[in-house]
Amino acid sequence: MFTDASVLFQIAGIGIIVALIHTILKQMGKEEIAQFATLIGFIIVLVVVINGLSDLFQQIKSVFLFQG
Amino acid sequence: MDIVQIVTLGIVASILYIILKEINSSMAFFIILITGIIIFFSVIQQISSIFQLIQSLGTKANVEGMYMDTILKIIGIAYIAELGAGITKDAGLGSVAAKIELAGKIFILLLAVPIISAVIEAIIRFLPTT
Repeated sequence: MFTDASVLFQIAGIGIIVALIHTILKQMGKEEIAQFATLIGFIIVLVVVINGLSDLFQQIKSVFLFQG
Repeated sequence: MDIVQIVTLGIVASILYIILKEINSSMAFFIILITGIIIFFSVIQQISSIFQLIQSLGTKANVEGMYMDTILKIIGIAYIAELGAGITKDAGLGSVAAKIELAGKIFILLLAVPIISAVIEAIIRFLPTT
C-alpha cells in the first residue's frame, strides 16, 4: 500500500488546500466554518495515516514473530 | 526500494515539511509520520529475509527455538519503541519519548528473563556443591 511517495504529496496537497480554504473562509468572516474545514481536513489525513500505521504494526507483528 | 530512493524520499519529505510547517503544522506532523511508515515498509521485506537466514542458521546450529524467538521479539520491540519515541520527540514531547524508551527497555528485560534465569542455572550447575 505504502510503497511510493505519492501519499506524501497527497497529504501535503490536502494540507495546503485546507489552509487555503481556511484563509478564504476567514476572510469571508465565517470563522466557525473555517474551523470545521480545518477539522475535516485533519480527520481525512488522520484516516490515511492511521491506516498506514495499522498496516505497519501488523507487518512488524508478523515479521518479528509476535503472533507466530 | 533502493537506498537512493529512500534518501530522495527523505529530502522530498523535509522540503514538504518546511513548506507545510508555516501553513498547517498538524499536517506537517502527519508528513513526518507517513515518511517513517513508508521507509519502514520498504525496509521490512529485507528484514524478514534476513530473519529467515538467521533462523535457518539457528536451526542448523541446533539453537533452541525459544531463544531465537526471544531475540527476534527483542529486535521487534526495539524497532517499535524507536519509531514511537522518534515520532513523539518530533512532535515536541521529549518526556513522553523518554517514557516510551523506558517502557521498551523494561519489556525487553521482561522477555530476557527466561534466558537470564537459564544462564544463572547453568552457572550454578557448574559451581561445586559442598
